[in-house]
Amino acid sequence: MSEDRLDLGGLGLDRGGQLLLRRALAPLAAGSRLAVYGRDPHLPVHLPAWCRAEGHRVESPEPGQGPPPVAVVVRGARPDHRWHGAIRAGDPATGAVQRHPPARWGLAARGALLEGGGPEPHFDLDDRDLVWAEVAPQLYAYAASRQWDPATAVPWSEPFFLPPDIEAAVVQVMTYLVENEQAALVVPARFLGRIHPHFREVAQLLAVQVADEARHMEIFNRRALLRGGGLGTSSAGGRSSLFTLVEESDFSLSSFLLSVLGEGSFVNLLGFLQRYAPDPVTRRVAWLAMQDERRHVLFGVAHLANQASVDPTLLGRLRSAIERRHDALADTAGLNDDVFDALVLMAAGGWEPEAIAAGHERVRQLERDMDQGRRRRLERLGFPPDEAAALSALHTRNFM
Amino acid sequence: MTTRPLVLGAVAYDPKVVTIWDGFRSWLREHGLAVDHVLYPHYERMVDDLVAGRLDLAWNSPLAWLRAGRLAAATGRSVRPLVMRDTDRDLTSVVVVRDAAGITTIADLAGKLVATGAIDSPQATLIPLAHLAERGVKVQAHRFDVGVGLHGDHIGGEREAARALVDGEVDAAAMLDANHLLFVKEGVLPAGHTRVIAQTEPYDHCNMTVVDTAPRAAVDRFAALLLGMSYADPRVRHLLDLEGLTRWESGRTDGYQVLSAAVDRCGFYGPDGELWMPAYHP
Repeated sequence: MSEDRLDLGGLGLDRGGQLLLRRALAPLAAGSRLAVYGRDPHLPVHLPAWCRAEGHRVESPEPGQGPPPVAVVVRGARPDHRWHGAIRAGDPATGAVQRHPPARWGLAARGALLEGGGPEPHFDLDDRDLVWAEVAPQLYAYAASRQWDPATAVPWSEPFFLPPDIEAAVVQVMTYLVENEQAALVVPARFLGRIHPHFREVAQLLAVQVADEARHMEIFNRRALLRGGGLGTSSAGGRSSLFTLVEESDFSLSSFLLSVLGEGSFVNLLGFLQRYAPDPVTRRVAWLAMQDERRHVLFGVAHLANQASVDPTLLGRLRSAIERRHDALADTAGLNDDVFDALVLMAAGGWEPEAIAAGHERVRQLERDMDQGRRRRLERLGFPPDEAAALSALHTRNFM
Repeated sequence: MTTRPLVLGAVAYDPKVVTIWDGFRSWLREHGLAVDHVLYPHYERMVDDLVAGRLDLAWNSPLAWLRAGRLAAATGRSVRPLVMRDTDRDLTSVVVVRDAAGITTIADLAGKLVATGAIDSPQATLIPLAHLAERGVKVQAHRFDVGVGLHGDHIGGEREAARALVDGEVDAAAMLDANHLLFVKEGVLPAGHTRVIAQTEPYDHCNMTVVDTAPRAAVDRFAALLLGMSYADPRVRHLLDLEGLTRWESGRTDGYQVLSAAVDRCGFYGPDGELWMPAYHP
């Protein structure tokens, strides 16, 4: 009977010999014979034991010319059976994501060959129209390329002096920013585990977003403590407003409230802080966070615009979400007075009445800019201008 | 469907046993056969219940198979191996020494200290010790009694024996061939530092034993279903992986002579299945 042959040399099955065996057996039909040679002293014991576990048989070599093989392996069918009926988990190309990837694809890489069986985890965000945006892969790549190191991206040691009142205003604003970033971290993190892994780039983008917020919390906190004082105040109204974001369990509505409205307004706030920052560290931390938040807003708008184009009921639900949040927050105090006053003082630069008036006007202008931005994004999603204006006015007074 | 479910015994040597038999039970029910499994803490009680007719089937260790045969014969009953795992055929055990110990032949083991598995382990105690004794090599056994009553299903005794060898506490250690490969891979036995000094004749391991009081038609159906299980079926593949087989084979009786001789040599069981070994407390 004809036999293929494999010489393992001095290699044993404890050091990788099974790789050569599998490679030699793979192209053979079940029932084919492979004569195995080798010098490893344990091979006569290990080869039959390995074959038994793998579903192959061994036969003692028949006497012949030349040195006999250690054993002749008769190939079993198990390796083929494992992959019987295996299917691919879709197409790895980003342009070919499926509308409804099945649960059984689970955590497998998009495009991988799947052995049958295994768990069927329930990822409830499994509808392409609900989570996908064509721009997600590019946004992720851009986000990954724009990561910065909090230790070196900020001039922490650059000398500056601030009057105590101005320093306290900065600390108050930083305290407020940290709690806002905390909410912005928790919200996408909660959705990450619900997104079907088929939509990998969206999960990657949200993961970077979470990492962004982690760094923002770090740099704002570090700036607050830079001069050795304590932190500022946190109002009940501010925390109530943020908690309505955390509570929203609908991915689209959450993305709308957080990214399109909240982080969109925050981009204006961070721009304001960069402009009126009294010191180089504050200026830099505001600028760094602003760059990241812009990306978050871009994805939120892109994926909701995508969804609005296929789901005519979306705008109605978004409208209800703003109204519901407005009603829920109607009895709360809105923006922490300490934060408002700190923004005015930062923009004023001192306590002279004229300076305070100018600072106050600058904060009012910030609020008008935020409103303009929200209206523009609402119109981008398809709301008519008058409705966009009305809805923008219902946005939380807490900015985020 | 039979009028009553078949009752199958299995020993719970590991938590995975629950997963395995729950899975098989569901699959068998889907195929129209009701089977209830009863889990036992050790093999002796299960064999007693099988021969007494309280079970129809028992997933038996080779030692339990031997005792079931002896007990059944003594009480006018009969048992047969219905099916077995393909991976339970033609196992061997090995005796291993440290390479630098100066032990080059099996005769050099005379008077030496040999680490074994538990007192009731066919593969790591009974068979290898009998192998040495048959060749006139008298050794001192140092047993690692892990999981007594589980007939060596618990690998802990063999692993302890291998460690004792590496640590120099013993001169040799006995173990299943596949566990030697495992321990070398794991590094429990450092590569290149040990040598196989003896290898036993091949023998068979577990089988699904059926007693003659079991309902014949249901038993035949049970055997046909198991033999029809395919590794290509993803619904059972994970169970086959857990249970460590690639397919069920028909049972055979001729693979147990080696163990039977070993049992008689050391007086582990009496001719009627009595527990003769004084130190054996399952």
